[in-house]
Amino acid sequence: MRHIPTTRLASRWLLPLLLAVSASTATAAIQLSTTAPDFTLRSVGGPNMRLAEQRGQVVLVNFWATWCGPCRQEMPHLSRLYDRYRSSGFVLLGVNIDDDPRAAADLATKLGLQFPVLLDTDKQVSRAYDMSAMPATLLIDRNGRVRHIHRGYRDGVERTYEEQVRNLLKE
Amino acid sequence: MRRLLTLACLLGAALIGGCAAPEPWVKPFERERLADPIMRWNRDALSAKHSEHVRDIREAARGATGVQGGGCGCK
Amino acid sequence: MAASELIRRVVAALSGLATGLIGALFAGGAARAATLPENRAEAMLHVYSGGGVTANGPTVLVRKSIADKVSLTGSLYVDAVSNASIDVVTTASPYKERRNDYGLALDYAVRDSLITLAVGASSEPDYKTHSLSLDIAQETFAGMTTVNVGFTRAADDVGKTGDPNFDDRATHWQYRVGVTQIVTPKWLASVNLEAISDDGYLGNPYRVARVFGAAVPERAPTTRSSRAVKLRAIGDLGSRDAVRAEYRYFWDNWDIKAQTVEAGYSRYLGESFLADAFVRYYKQGAALFYSDNATAETTYISRNRQLSDFTNLVVGGKLSFDWKKQPGLYDLKANAGLELYNLNYNNFTDIRTGNLYSMRAAVLQLYLTATY
Repeated sequence: MRHIPTTRLASRWLLPLLLAVSASTATAAIQLSTTAPDFTLRSVGGPNMRLAEQRGQVVLVNFWATWCGPCRQEMPHLSRLYDRYRSSGFVLLGVNIDDDPRAAADLATKLGLQFPVLLDTDKQVSRAYDMSAMPATLLIDRNGRVRHIHRGYRDGVERTYEEQVRNLLKE
Repeated sequence: MRRLLTLACLLGAALIGGCAAPEPWVKPFERERLADPIMRWNRDALSAKHSEHVRDIREAARGATGVQGGGCGCK
Repeated sequence: MAASELIRRVVAALSGLATGLIGALFAGGAARAATLPENRAEAMLHVYSGGGVTANGPTVLVRKSIADKVSLTGSLYVDAVSNASIDVVTTASPYKERRNDYGLALDYAVRDSLITLAVGASSEPDYKTHSLSLDIAQETFAGMTTVNVGFTRAADDVGKTGDPNFDDRATHWQYRVGVTQIVTPKWLASVNLEAISDDGYLGNPYRVARVFGAAVPERAPTTRSSRAVKLRAIGDLGSRDAVRAEYRYFWDNWDIKAQTVEAGYSRYLGESFLADAFVRYYKQGAALFYSDNATAETTYISRNRQLSDFTNLVVGGKLSFDWKKQPGLYDLKANAGLELYNLNYNNFTDIRTGNLYSMRAAVLQLYLTATY
């Protein structure tokens, strides 16, 4: 009976395959210390909001969607962050990219989000920012420059956000 | 057989290794449809496992089903 | 197989996997996180009826994530089997027995990898199995590609009702590799390979073979080595529906070659319903040592219809109803699925009639799924 050596097959092919795995090589369109691209988007509450008008304040821009698990996980932490520092000159803009804006409005209400939820339904702003992950968070200083970029959400990263926000507020 | 597997592994390695990696052409903000449960290979684990078990008993072919939860080995 | 040889192979396989895993974890880049599977509770009642066999029972699964770092899954599967199949009625007498299958799995998400460790145990009066699995799902290429690598080792204790002296073993090794690729914003494709190796008692102590018309106990080989490769694609059609297709090719060193083709369609109906339908066609060629009525003496001989030349056509549908929903809290669905099997054997005869055997079977699944 012909014997095909299974373990030899596994160690000879699995190993190179696993080692060939590499992380994303995508580079973001946004570079640190450059001015964040301006945008104007309609918010769930109704009024339009423009990024350039937030100059003088520290801005956290968060790209999220209702269909993205880690985004939903991150929401309560962002809400808390906003509540804590909004009176110190901190603005948090939640840019939602759902095809259906009603889903965003529904989830925002259910989670009790206090910060402005902006609707990027046609994905223009997402394309301009070209973030390679969801959720994506950018911290912008009082002069409109991008100072920190976070891709994805990991449990505990909200502590890093808080630290970075405090440092930017001190400037 | 060997050649088929070699080719498959090299193809896989090329896809993920990225010798001259192309840019990801489906941006994360374009993946809304792919996140829908209707696009999952296996929506219900128990249902899939049971169906797979029923087939495993009657058919000689096994493996590469994508259903997690190793072999049962039952007769 | 000598113990030292076995150990050497285990170490080689594990160190290969470990090196790859470490390499993957340290392959720098953006800190994205793989997500743990969602919390779930499922309860199912399953009924199988066909070919003289009925098997029914409950199945339960519970999955809960702990501290957002790990997810624990426990499952229990009970099969109450009443067996009066053609093999049983022509060579023995109908019997009833119960099989219990327990499973415990741990999922751990680190960076872009999801690591799953699972143990399983299955027991029925004359057959016990234990298995250990390790699966790693690695997201790469900005999440466009997911690589799955998995490994299972199972060991069986084979007994025989009525014969306390019969006690044999079988071990199984499974290696799987898969790549799932996002092709367009609406299409996914995947390739899966699996190699399975079996060693030990691979036959059935009750089954008889036929040589020159006389019944003899079957003689099955003590090793088996098989490969399977599956290609599949799934796509969103734009009107709240999706279509999928898959093809699997299987071959082993018992000379069995089998092909499976499956096509399925899913669609949302209204606000609360989700319907699925599929067709699956399976065709297999006989094993080298299989014979309905052997006309020569060979080292191995079996009349196990599972190893014969046959086709299996399955048609099935499923309906899912969104029963109760509290967004952000829980989601309860009621589901019902029905599958109809049609097996036609080309070289296995019903010795009661002398004709080629064929059978029909139906599988019913009624279950509740809750995500919370």
